[in-house]
Amino acid sequence: MRKLLNTLYVTSADAYLSLDGENIVVLKNEAEVMRLPLHNLEGVVTFGYVGASPALMGACAKKNISLCFMTQSGNFRGQFVGKVRGNVTLRKTQYFMSEDNNTSALLARNFILGKIFNSKWVIERAIRDYALRLDVAKLKKVSYNLSNSLNLIKGCVDLEQLRGFEGEAASQYFSVFDDLILQQKESFYFAQRNKRPPLDNVNAMLSFVYTLLTNDVASALETVGLDPYVGFLHRDRPGRASLALDLMEELRSVFADRFVLSLINKRIVNASGFVKKENGAVIMDDDTRKTILSKWQERKKEELKHPFLEEKIEWGLVPYAQSMLLARCIRGDLEEYPPFLWK
Amino acid sequence: MEYNEEDFLSLSGIQHFKFCRRQWALIHIEQQWQENLRTVEGEILHKKAHDNLLKEKRGNLIISRGIAVFSKSLGINGICDVVEFRKDKEGVAIFGREGLYKPAPVEYKRGKPKEDDIDILQLTAQAMCLEEMLNCEIKVGYMFYGEINHRIEVEFTDELKNCVVEICKEMHEIYKRRYTPKVKPSKKCSACSLKNICMPKLCKNLSVKDYIERSLKE
Repeated sequence: MRKLLNTLYVTSADAYLSLDGENIVVLKNEAEVMRLPLHNLEGVVTFGYVGASPALMGACAKKNISLCFMTQSGNFRGQFVGKVRGNVTLRKTQYFMSEDNNTSALLARNFILGKIFNSKWVIERAIRDYALRLDVAKLKKVSYNLSNSLNLIKGCVDLEQLRGFEGEAASQYFSVFDDLILQQKESFYFAQRNKRPPLDNVNAMLSFVYTLLTNDVASALETVGLDPYVGFLHRDRPGRASLALDLMEELRSVFADRFVLSLINKRIVNASGFVKKENGAVIMDDDTRKTILSKWQERKKEELKHPFLEEKIEWGLVPYAQSMLLARCIRGDLEEYPPFLWK
Repeated sequence: MEYNEEDFLSLSGIQHFKFCRRQWALIHIEQQWQENLRTVEGEILHKKAHDNLLKEKRGNLIISRGIAVFSKSLGINGICDVVEFRKDKEGVAIFGREGLYKPAPVEYKRGKPKEDDIDILQLTAQAMCLEEMLNCEIKVGYMFYGEINHRIEVEFTDELKNCVVEICKEMHEIYKRRYTPKVKPSKKCSACSLKNICMPKLCKNLSVKDYIERSLKE
């Protein structure tokens, strides 16, 4: 597997990124605050409004370092992508397959299988680890229902039906998400998923972490030469990275949700880092965002054994490994896409 | 049969193809490339060999660097590191020079002579291109190896030439289908710069169905 390098997150709003030789230089009011050799990086994510120099953008494109621009509140604004990678045959096959309902359904099915399987095992793990603190019977029931969904999905190759099963399973999973929060319950609770805007602390964190993950997945897809905007489960919508969202489905629970839960349960974040606006929208303060980013980087460095490839890799490379597998599946090395089935 | 220019394949692909057909397809069809120590060292070595504006003449010897060559019958094109033209009564006329010359390609490699004939085949293909372009026969060429700092004479036998013809034919067949072959993974995979992209494991006909079934059952 390829090497996992660092992602540089620049959170100061007024930071300007520039290039000096082989280094990225962060400037604030024209004074240098940091300098890093580019060869240590595989991605740069900036939350400022000042931007980056064209020279730096060029260097990033050449070295295949993804350069991503977010708003200060962590919404995705855009990504600078260099020369289109990979080959036109791969992308054409991807487009062709996405036009075909049966092939799309076959891929979509495995994305969803992965999604439900992983959310089931997030619950099962919680039961195993905290049996004494949880309503085991309630969680077991949801886990059982999810197993049923898996059986239905396994034999289904109809896109609409699949979306139905997915919706049901997702609401089952989120119905016990609040149970998995074991600490700081007075300020971290979960009733339902909301995002535009997030209306509670947990949703604010979920939205932010999902954005980070989408960005990682879209970059990974780009690197292997796939078009992140053309999906199979998510249909085309201008400006939406549908394939990134497809591939993310199986990673949300194991990668993002568990991460958010552990930040709360280990008291790494706390209520004081969140601000509720007059309309109920919740935003995070800079320090909290910084904490989440540095923990996210740590998390990506943790190792696991990839269930299909049976190879030891870092969590941060999972989006890349899955993108590779998807590309190789589209090119005909595999008869089906192997979702990331983790437990 | 003659190939059109736009269907030419890269001459240097012969060594990839002979090493592993999948590696060749990944590079030349899927346009994947990953640097490793070996490829970077190779590139540095070739930079020196390829200064194509450098003209060198030593007595009866003209040394030309970075000559672009092609063969319509093989459907390949590429660049010779060095071609030496030696004055010889039985040679051929070349552009801009008086007298007759016998050409011989010289290929530079960073390592040492290999047990297989991968490098030699690439050199043979260069010689065949030169033969076609200069309308002559080339009997010998040279391999220069960085590690032993020494050149080795290569005789272009019919056997070698037939082998090049066969490889080119096969490359064109696979390229036409834009097909990436599966190849039995072997020890040489660990020396391959494309290992991460290739995922040699996928050539073992892993079944996704079994993987899913197995995981769901547990």
